[in-house]
Amino acid sequence: MLKKLTTQQKDILKIAVAAVIFVIAMVIHHVDHHAEGASGTAQIISIVLFLAAYVIVGYGPVSKAVRNISHGEVFDENFLMTVATIGALLLRQWDEAVAVMLFYAIGEAFEHYAVNKSRGSISDLMDICPDYANRLTEDGEETVDPYDVMPGDIIIVRPGERIPLDGIIVDGASSLDSSALTGESIPIDVEKGMAVSSGCIDLTGVLKIEVTSEFDDSTVARILDLVENSGSKKARVEKFITKFARYYTPAVVFSALALAIIPPLILHGGWSVWVYRALLFLIISCPCALVISVPLAFFGGVGAASRIGVLVKGSDYLEAMADVDTIVFDKTGTLTTGIFKVSNVRPACDANGEDVIGSEQLLGIAAHIEMFSNHPIARSIKEAYGKELTESGVTDVTEISGKGMRAVIEGSAYYAGNAGLMHDLGIDDYPQQEAATLVHIAYAGDGAAPEAGGAVYLGYIAIADTVKPGVEKAISKMKESGITKTVMLTGDREVIADRVAQELGIDEHVAGLLPEGKVEAFESLITGSSGKVAFVGDGINDAPTLARADVGLAMGGMGQQAAIEAADIVIMDDDPAKIPLIKRIAKRTLSIAKQNVVFALVIKFAVLILGAVGLANMWLAVFADVGVSVICILNSMRMIVSSRKEAENI
Amino acid sequence: MKKSFKLENLDCANCAAKMEAAINKLDEVEECSISFMTQRMNIVADDIDAVIPKAQECISKVDEECRIIVR
Repeated sequence: MLKKLTTQQKDILKIAVAAVIFVIAMVIHHVDHHAEGASGTAQIISIVLFLAAYVIVGYGPVSKAVRNISHGEVFDENFLMTVATIGALLLRQWDEAVAVMLFYAIGEAFEHYAVNKSRGSISDLMDICPDYANRLTEDGEETVDPYDVMPGDIIIVRPGERIPLDGIIVDGASSLDSSALTGESIPIDVEKGMAVSSGCIDLTGVLKIEVTSEFDDSTVARILDLVENSGSKKARVEKFITKFARYYTPAVVFSALALAIIPPLILHGGWSVWVYRALLFLIISCPCALVISVPLAFFGGVGAASRIGVLVKGSDYLEAMADVDTIVFDKTGTLTTGIFKVSNVRPACDANGEDVIGSEQLLGIAAHIEMFSNHPIARSIKEAYGKELTESGVTDVTEISGKGMRAVIEGSAYYAGNAGLMHDLGIDDYPQQEAATLVHIAYAGDGAAPEAGGAVYLGYIAIADTVKPGVEKAISKMKESGITKTVMLTGDREVIADRVAQELGIDEHVAGLLPEGKVEAFESLITGSSGKVAFVGDGINDAPTLARADVGLAMGGMGQQAAIEAADIVIMDDDPAKIPLIKRIAKRTLSIAKQNVVFALVIKFAVLILGAVGLANMWLAVFADVGVSVICILNSMRMIVSSRKEAENI
Repeated sequence: MKKSFKLENLDCANCAAKMEAAINKLDEVEECSISFMTQRMNIVADDIDAVIPKAQECISKVDEECRIIVR
C-alpha cells in the first residue's frame, strides 16, 4: 500500500506518526516531571519515544546532510538542522530536538504544497500546448507530432480539439475559444479564408487548415517560451535575496561557532548554556523563508497577469511596472482600432460656390493613385470607392516620402497627400479644420509640363480612425492606480491628436511625429520624469521605443511580431483596460515581496539577539525559521488567490 | 545558443540558487538561470550538449536527486 503513495503523501504520513509519538512522549515526560518521586522508567520510555519520533521524521534530512557533506556542501539546510538537533539531543533537550525536526518537516511539506499549488495556477496556460496534429495526406489522415508538420500541410481540427499550429482555414467554419491565449471568454466566429492561431479550441465545426508556420514559430510555442523564460529575468528584490542568502547563512553559522566557544573560554565554563544558544543560531540561519517567498510572490503576480490575458516576460518588468508613473501611448492601433474608414469626401468649391469635381470622381482619382499601396489609409480609400480599379491607365506612380503619392492617370498628373505636399505645390488656401486624417488631391496638368504653381486643388478625403471602446474608462482607472501622467505620441496632425486626447482625457500629446521622432520625443519624456516611464505600442515602428522604455507594453493580438518581441509585457487581446489591472497586480506583488523581506529579517534578527542573550529557546527559533517561512508563503499565496478574484471581476 | 531544460526533483529554492551560481561559474557557460517556480533551467553556451554533463555535476553536488531532463 505504501508504494502507491506519492513522496508528498509519505512525508505527511511520517509527520503525522512522528507528531502522535511526540505528543505521547511529551505527556509522559510532563506527568513524570511533576509526579512525586520521578520514576526512571517513565523517563526512559519518554526518551525512547522522543528518539523514535526523531528517527521517523529526521532520517531524511540527516541522511541527506551526510551525503551532502561528502560534496562539500556545509551550509546545506539539512546539515544545519542535523547539527542543531543532534546538539540538542546531546544536551538532553529531547523534546526540543524532536520539535525542531518535526516543524522543519512540516515547513518543507508546506513549502512543497504551496509551490505545487501556485504552479497549478499557471498550468492552465501551459496546457495550451497541443499533443498532436491530424495531418491530411494522400492516403487519408494521420496523427503526428505538431513538430513534424510543415508549412503548406493541411491539418484537420474537430470540435473539442485544440488547434495545433497557426494557419489559414481552407474549408469549414466554426467558433473558437481563445480564452487560453487572450483571457477573452467570448468565442470568435471563423470561416474559410481566415487566419487562426494555435492554442485556440475549436468549439463547433470541423476545420481544414493550411499550416502557415512551423511549430517553433507558432503562437503557442512563442507564448510557452515567454512563460517558461519569465523566470529567468529576476527582479531586483529576488537578486537581493539570493545575494543576501549567500552571506547570511555563513555569517550566522560562524557567529554560532564563536558564540559556542568564546564566551565559555572567557567566563571559564557554562559550555552547555552557550552551545545551546549557538544551536539556536543554526536553526535560524536558513534563509528559506526569503528565498522561497519572494519568487513565489512574483510567480503569483506573473500567473495572475497571464490569467487576464497579459504576458509578463520577467518578474523584473513586474517590478518596474509597479514604479511606473507615466504611460506613453502610441495612438493608432493602441488607443484607436487602427481600422480606417472614409468619413467625408469633400470636393473644393470654385468662385461661384460650386464643386469643381464630383465626390465619386474625386474618390476614384484617389483610389487609383493609391492603387498599389497597402497602407491602411490607401486601403480605406479603395474600400470606400468600392469599384474595380483599372490598372492600365495609371502610370508613373511615385511615393513622396512622408507626404503622399503622385501618379499619372490617363495623361493627367495628380497628387494625393498631406498639407505638406500641398504646400510644396503652392496650395495653401483650403479648408482643413476637420479633425480627421485628410488626403488632399491636386491636379497638376498633363504631367509633362513643369508643375510648380500650376497645380489645382480638387478637394480632400477625410479618413477617421475610431477610438477603441472603453479606453476613456481605462485611462481614468490608470489615474486611480497611481499613474500621474498620460501622454500620446502620434504621426497625425495636431487637430486630430488634440481631439482624441481630449476625448480620452489624456494629459499631453505630441503630434506630427515621424517614426524616428517617436524615440526622441519619448527620450525627453523619460528625462523629464521622476518615476519609470512605460510605452504602449503595437507596430514595427514602435519597436525601438518599446525597447527603450522602462516597461514596454505591446498589443499582442493585432500587434506586429517585432513589437511583441521588443516588448516586456504583451496584452493579448489589445484591450488598454488591462493596463490599470496589470499596474495593480504589479504594485500588490511588490508590496507582498517587500512585506516578506522586512517581516522575515526583523523576526530573524530579533530572535538571534534574544538567543544570544539567553532569552530565546528552541521553540522560538523554530518559529523564526519554519513559522516565518509558512507565514511568508501564505502571504505570497494571497497574490494568487486575490488576483483570481480580480480576474473574475473584469 | 540558448536552450531550456526541465529539471526533475528540484525541491528547494535555495538549492536552485546554489545550482545556478555553480553552473554560472563554469567557463563554457555564458549564462544560466534556474527557475525554481517553473522547474526549468535556461542555459546559454556555445556547445550546450557538452556542457550538460558538467551542469548535471554541479546540480548533483547540491541535490543528488535532481536531474536535468534531456529530450
